[in-house]
Amino acid sequence: MNLTKYLKNRLAPLSGGTEDSETNRKILLMTHVVVGYPSLEANWKMLEAMGEADVDLVELQMPFSEPSADGPLFVKANQEALRNGIRWKDYFDLMQRASERFDFPLLMMGYFNTAFAMGFENYCANIRKNGGEGFIIPDLPLEEYGDLFELSRQHELDPIMLCTPTNTEERLRKICSHGSGFIYCVARKGVTGKNTKLDKSAEKFLEQCRLYTDLPLALGFGLSQAEDLRQLHGKAEIAIVGSALLKTWEAEGEIGYRKHLMSLAAARE
Amino acid sequence: MPTQSINPDASGYYGEYGGMFIPEILRTTFDELIAAFNEAKSDPGFWQSYLDVMQNYSCRPTPITHLENFAEVLGGKFEVFCKREDLNHTGAHKANNCMGQGLLVQRMGKKRVIAETGAGQHGVATATMAARMGLECTVYMGAVDVERQRPNVFWMEQLGATVVSVTEGTATLKDAINAAMRDWAESMETTHYVLGTTCGPHPFPEMVSWFQSIIGQESRQQMLKINGKLPDKIYACVGGGSNASGIFLPFLEDKDVELVGVEAGGHGLDSGQHAARFSGGTVGVAQGYKTYFFQDDEGQMMHTHSIAAGLDYIGVSPILSHLHDQKRIRFTAATDDAVISATKLLIRTEGIIPALESGHAFAAVVEEAPDIPDGSQVLINLSGRGDKDIFNIAEAIGDEKWDEFLRAKAQRK
Repeated sequence: MNLTKYLKNRLAPLSGGTEDSETNRKILLMTHVVVGYPSLEANWKMLEAMGEADVDLVELQMPFSEPSADGPLFVKANQEALRNGIRWKDYFDLMQRASERFDFPLLMMGYFNTAFAMGFENYCANIRKNGGEGFIIPDLPLEEYGDLFELSRQHELDPIMLCTPTNTEERLRKICSHGSGFIYCVARKGVTGKNTKLDKSAEKFLEQCRLYTDLPLALGFGLSQAEDLRQLHGKAEIAIVGSALLKTWEAEGEIGYRKHLMSLAAARE
Repeated sequence: MPTQSINPDASGYYGEYGGMFIPEILRTTFDELIAAFNEAKSDPGFWQSYLDVMQNYSCRPTPITHLENFAEVLGGKFEVFCKREDLNHTGAHKANNCMGQGLLVQRMGKKRVIAETGAGQHGVATATMAARMGLECTVYMGAVDVERQRPNVFWMEQLGATVVSVTEGTATLKDAINAAMRDWAESMETTHYVLGTTCGPHPFPEMVSWFQSIIGQESRQQMLKINGKLPDKIYACVGGGSNASGIFLPFLEDKDVELVGVEAGGHGLDSGQHAARFSGGTVGVAQGYKTYFFQDDEGQMMHTHSIAAGLDYIGVSPILSHLHDQKRIRFTAATDDAVISATKLLIRTEGIIPALESGHAFAAVVEEAPDIPDGSQVLINLSGRGDKDIFNIAEAIGDEKWDEFLRAKAQRK
């Protein structure tokens, strides 16, 4: 799949879409699952809800024992998932089942050491074989990719690069030049799961990223409500909602989760 | 001003180990830190100001003590000396690094420092530096370590630091490091992270070992003065590796000096309950750098164990990993039991109370004594004093009067 083309086709023409756009969406929705938390069964229910909401993109996180870029909720999720005995096999089984069942593309998300332990070649081959379209490694700077760029091309995977508001212009240009699929823009400093106020600085940051890439821009870290998505219409192409949905699952269970997801999905148009 | 005997390449690697695996949000902060450190490193005035502070505030140079009684018990066929890092202000070599980074913080103009701590020595040293230099201070400490090292928590708080008990993961040093990194990812504009050991992303291994090399610089001169020659063997305990790097690195070019790193053998290397990365570890990438980690086949970190909180860590300095592969440093491990017994021996024979961390280096000398050639001179880095370990040592020894005292104290509350 050409991820960039897929994303552009899902957007209304005025929001970065193409002439033959499939939907009227002014922004797309990417959601997140920590594999094995609260359980693989619960993960499947989350994915089913995402399928029904016609979510545009889903990242599946492989849990890691040292999730240093995550906030308290995801730290707990990583830890509990490992306590539940999650290993690579469980992860790829779920990825495969999900890729066969649902229309949305899947991205692998995980910390570098788990990929390193598997070996880059196996890592890419396994993602491809099980139906993933790309990967996000939050603790891997582009200097350390080595042959991972080349291998991801060979396996037709998109390595998703992260831009942050503290990056210098020169650094942003460099990161964007390695980008593929879309660019993941981290809305603010800190870790996952805290609220982000979408102020002028976030907007300015997106505009700055835009200078260095034609790829769709995804904004993440702290988006939680439909209102956050509406505010991003015309400013970013993808809104990433992770911790907020998991928080709803914890507080309100499956029914509340579906409701939250539907309200986010509706805020795309 | 010391020139470092081993330097990383432009990407922060020592051979295969080290590097900078940092989240993008901290990139600019690291670039600024590298620039500030390099500038300080090439400024002779900076090293002089460091020496001044260490002399006037932290009792440097620390002495070398000849341990004749201890050697006598081991058969009296070789001589034992120890470098007294326990006499540093705050009681351990950790002060060297903290005061050094404190001076760097002043140069950078930041107002707040954060730190992780295992045994609590680095936390106390950072809180002390912050009090002296007028900086705000937050220390992250695993909940298990807070439990083990209450006296240090008490002092950190008295020194004005906020101590955050970290309950995530295994609630030990590695989790405290993750928590500190998370704080820094948000606070980097005003805050410097005073990393306590020669681990983590570049430039920390280089920076911490530079400040700690004051131990080896002094030792080299002192041993030459005392004996007219360099020691035959040097022993140091290895957790993250800061005291070991500090004493070893200035001797790297002295090929006749054997360097021995002593890891935490816990309940024994066969038990799986230890923290000997060079025996049970494999190469991986976590906490921002590549080194030997105590991890499973899928790269998940495993539980470590040591009686000494300061050695109970999943990773080890990339500098030491490189020197391990080069076979310049030999690594061994000492069990909890051997450490308690060597610690008691040192207390009885020399009137010196070592930290349990440092006790590992003494335990290795006791164990290897039969194989140490006659007439050798052995230098041990006594990295810290053992007052903080009173609860653990008393428990391990099973001192009933101490138990009674604790019960009475608790009842009076």
